[in-house]
Amino acid sequence: MATVNPVVDETPCVANSVDPESAEWLGVLAGTGPQREAALTRLHEMLLRIAQRECRRRGPRLQITGPELEDLAYQAAADALVAITRKLGQFRGESRFTTWAYKFVILEVSGKIGRHFWQNPPVPLDAEDWDKLPDRFGFDPAHQAEWQDLLAALRRAIDTELSPRQRQVFLAIVVNAVPLDALAIELSSNRNAIYKTMFDARRRLRAALAANG
Amino acid sequence: MNGYSELDRFLRTDPRDVGCAQATEILHVYAELVAAGEPAGQRHPGIAAHLQACGPCDEDFDGLLAALREETR
Repeated sequence: MATVNPVVDETPCVANSVDPESAEWLGVLAGTGPQREAALTRLHEMLLRIAQRECRRRGPRLQITGPELEDLAYQAAADALVAITRKLGQFRGESRFTTWAYKFVILEVSGKIGRHFWQNPPVPLDAEDWDKLPDRFGFDPAHQAEWQDLLAALRRAIDTELSPRQRQVFLAIVVNAVPLDALAIELSSNRNAIYKTMFDARRRLRAALAANG
Repeated sequence: MNGYSELDRFLRTDPRDVGCAQATEILHVYAELVAAGEPAGQRHPGIAAHLQACGPCDEDFDGLLAALREETR
């Protein structure tokens, strides 16, 4: 990844000025009294609307519905508001303040959905559900002989080319369909670290499969 | 064989991929560019590469973009 061999730093430069609407938000939220309270209430309402919409958007795929989904949205909005007010000084003006704030609640929804997975996991973390892999990659049943050879080669490569951690992560995500965010929580890690482990595993496996024809 | 190309596509990695931390750091900037019709992928190719490969970050991006588009309705 570019963070290993950085070629371009894509972090935007700090903006010289903040747009008027964002400046108003920052000013009021950094203040005290009724104006600040009103701004917090308004911001919370905005965050809650987004959280509710985002939960409705993602919920059906994750089999979270009704009051549970609504509760998740409320928690996400509340936690996002706390994080935003704590990190006001980190807003750099590269976007509107509200866009920056919306990111917090979207990430909170992600995190809470990740945690929710473990309330009712479909398979144990250490199971190996290889039977589902052909469907996951769209292997044509008419070509079973070819893809069985391919899967056998993949399994050999997983056993011989990957570190124990890479193997654990790859099997959990690819074979057992554990969502990456859920796996990060279970392994007391974070999304970036798990993604990097998967990235390295994918690169090694692809190289191994290519080398072995 | 469709499955092989799907597996190969999954295992393929892009050296420009900046990873989750950097993508998340400026996701709000990237989303605003996309919402405004700007060439976000050209300006931030590493972010674009990452969102193509990372389901969770791409999901967050979709959610943020949806929020921005809802605002302008």
